[in-house]
Amino acid sequence: MNTATPVEIRAIKARRTVLENVWRTLKTAPISAWFGMIVIVIYAIAALFAPWIAHYGEAEIIGKAYQPSSSEFWLGTDQVGRDLYSRLIYGARNTIGIALITTLVSFFVGGSLGVATALKRGWFDQGVSRLVDCFLAIPVLIFALMLLAVAGKSVINLIIILALLDATRVFRLARAVALNVVVMDFVEAAKLRGERMTWIVFKEIVPNILPPLITEFGLRFCFVFLTISALSFLGVGIQPPTADWGSMVAENKTLITYGNPTPLYPAAAIALLTVAVNFVVDWFLHKTSGLRDEL
Amino acid sequence: MNSEKKRVKGEVLVEIKGLRIEGNSDGVWHPIVKGVDLTLRRGEVLGLIGESGAGKSTLGLAAMGFARPGCRISEGSIVFDGIDLRNASDAEKRALWGSRISYVAQSAAAAFNPAHKLIEQTTETAVTHNIMSREKAEADAKDLFRRLQLPNPDTIGDRFPHQVSGGQLQRAMTAMAMSCRPDLIIFDEPTTALDVTTQVEVLAAMRDLVEQFNTAAIYITHDLAVVAQMAHRIMVLRHGKEVEQAPTREMLKEPKEDYTKTLWAVRKLAKPESISDDIVLRVHEVDATYGGPNKVLDNVTVQVPRGRTVAVVGESGSGKSTLARAITGLLPPIKGEVYFNGKPLPHALKDRDKDTLRRIQMIYQSADTSLNPRQTIRDLIGRPLEFYHGVSGAERDRQVGKLLEQIELDGSYIDRLPGELSGGQKQRISIARALAAKPEFIICDEVTSALDQIVQEGILSLLMRLQKDTNVSYLFITHDIATVRAISDEIVVMHQGRVVQQGPKSKVLNPPFPAYTELLLSSVPEMDPDWLTRLLAKRAEKAKAKA
Repeated sequence: MNTATPVEIRAIKARRTVLENVWRTLKTAPISAWFGMIVIVIYAIAALFAPWIAHYGEAEIIGKAYQPSSSEFWLGTDQVGRDLYSRLIYGARNTIGIALITTLVSFFVGGSLGVATALKRGWFDQGVSRLVDCFLAIPVLIFALMLLAVAGKSVINLIIILALLDATRVFRLARAVALNVVVMDFVEAAKLRGERMTWIVFKEIVPNILPPLITEFGLRFCFVFLTISALSFLGVGIQPPTADWGSMVAENKTLITYGNPTPLYPAAAIALLTVAVNFVVDWFLHKTSGLRDEL
Repeated sequence: MNSEKKRVKGEVLVEIKGLRIEGNSDGVWHPIVKGVDLTLRRGEVLGLIGESGAGKSTLGLAAMGFARPGCRISEGSIVFDGIDLRNASDAEKRALWGSRISYVAQSAAAAFNPAHKLIEQTTETAVTHNIMSREKAEADAKDLFRRLQLPNPDTIGDRFPHQVSGGQLQRAMTAMAMSCRPDLIIFDEPTTALDVTTQVEVLAAMRDLVEQFNTAAIYITHDLAVVAQMAHRIMVLRHGKEVEQAPTREMLKEPKEDYTKTLWAVRKLAKPESISDDIVLRVHEVDATYGGPNKVLDNVTVQVPRGRTVAVVGESGSGKSTLARAITGLLPPIKGEVYFNGKPLPHALKDRDKDTLRRIQMIYQSADTSLNPRQTIRDLIGRPLEFYHGVSGAERDRQVGKLLEQIELDGSYIDRLPGELSGGQKQRISIARALAAKPEFIICDEVTSALDQIVQEGILSLLMRLQKDTNVSYLFITHDIATVRAISDEIVVMHQGRVVQQGPKSKVLNPPFPAYTELLLSSVPEMDPDWLTRLLAKRAEKAKAKA
């Protein structure tokens, strides 16, 4: 519609700094997003400063097993007598750290392949896309269990396997959004100018597909994080004595039958972070998609 | 169906008073329509004209009692046939929409659901409003198709939207709007996306139908010549306010306001034709295809003299843009050669060296898609300087500033993003980007067709001045004959992938014409309210003579 109201041209004025822009944007954030951001910051602090915040060491046995919460052990002790509160803090570092690295790797692999296929098209696109379809046909958890059984249980294997499996999903999104951008005239103009492929990918295309990818990053992070927890719960994820929320639920799961809330704490930590990240991502998606509130 | 009593001509149908509409952007309400009064009688066609952003569409939609998402009607009253639309409930409005008030959008292709047949969509409103049974509605739709002179009216309804042409689809949409015999139709730029040759047929069909059913209509357009054919009365809008309003003939004869006069003024721009034998680019017997058996370019030969402008005209699908793609190497020709400065160019883009690429530049129709929205003006114009001429840092910024000066923009624009510029300014940036390469030859692909008349004029005179300064040659692709008249030295007429005619402007625009050139030229609307009637009569006469 060529008659849509154009944005009125503002008078020339000094540019805002990046910080000012960020603050302006944050001011418009809804309560849910603020809640999410605060929770994420708390988790991040816990993960970064775990040794200073935790009362005891990660695998330190400091008392009897299954003690209830007290002023000394805030959340009680686990099945071998380690402080549950301290392990919860260290768990943040391990679980979130591994999930973050995994998601970053999966975005690098999936994102670059996605943009490359969108640009090249043809047999390269067909080959990669169909291969990815094959991977997508197998449920992630079962596939991951199988691959971990073959490759052996280690953190490195865990990261590589989950990152590759997750990259298939990132690939689909990156390819889809990049396809919309590669047909734009400015990409053609860059080709006509004689630009190299790397310039076209990183200067012309990537900046334009960043918003949906960042949003997806938040969501994928949640899924990876949940998958790691699930794998740890099943015993093939992060291995003891390393503190990890998923395995902490698994180790203490029998307590729930005696009315002891111990296994619920790590489970709640997992749930809270997932909800928080989703709140932030929802807001970001809403902002970048240009959706308008009904007025 | 409405009773005949309601259809008395001359009775007031729509009355809008003191209407104010605001639009929301980033939480702030900006006025779009600033207090407009409008009265429309039964059977009357009111033309709303103005530049983009004048509030034409918003006002047109408001006459239905509708405000787009993000807009609100803040003041004033809208009364349709005694019903207060501003205070009507959504259910009441829904009952009116489609049956008594209908809307024809600019892009029929976007308005039709591609998954359903035309006839289903044409009859849908009448059936859901329980005005007619399905059988009756279908019979009626076929009758409408016939009145709109669609080919095979009995069977065309069984086609899907993608199986008919753009002009046919626009007519089918008019049939859809007419299916309930509404009292009021809003036409929102219904022919803007069509070729001139198709536009004539659609205009004639719409005018006939509105007359036959004595329907009132609001016709929104920015094309004065079109509105002169369609409307009984014209209202000129600017910045959300009425400039003036008068019966069509009166308005055309003596517009009162200065703004209207500027709209009315025939293009002042005119370049004396000048011929040269120094050929910079020669397309020689080129064939090109998009993979199928159909040749999109069929034995095309075109020459562009140095420092001159060659305009390529033709309707969509005639191969104009494909010609540009063949020259730039995006679509390597399957036969023939492209000579540049006498030497054959490598067919494919990847085989051309950087210096050749530099000499041939391209400017696109839409600056919105040809400028990367995430790059500042500094990067957009600076990149070719850096890439082709190796300048960087402060020197690059200095040269960008100089280029901005050349395109008549302030140096302070250097840090802006394209989204912060108007349409005309964006197109100027595209021109500067092409200039930065210091080219010998620029392909301009419909560079002014998305712009308002006044802005167009600015861009065209800029292009002409730059040609004088740098002796650059233009291949100017357009479907707008007025533009061609203004700026070209030579004209190439294309039709279905072939060159119908190439020659100096004075020769191509004057008789004797080849048949297609005549059709094309005679289809360009003129600022005379009787033009369409005369043209149709002339064509009917000719058809009769042939038979």
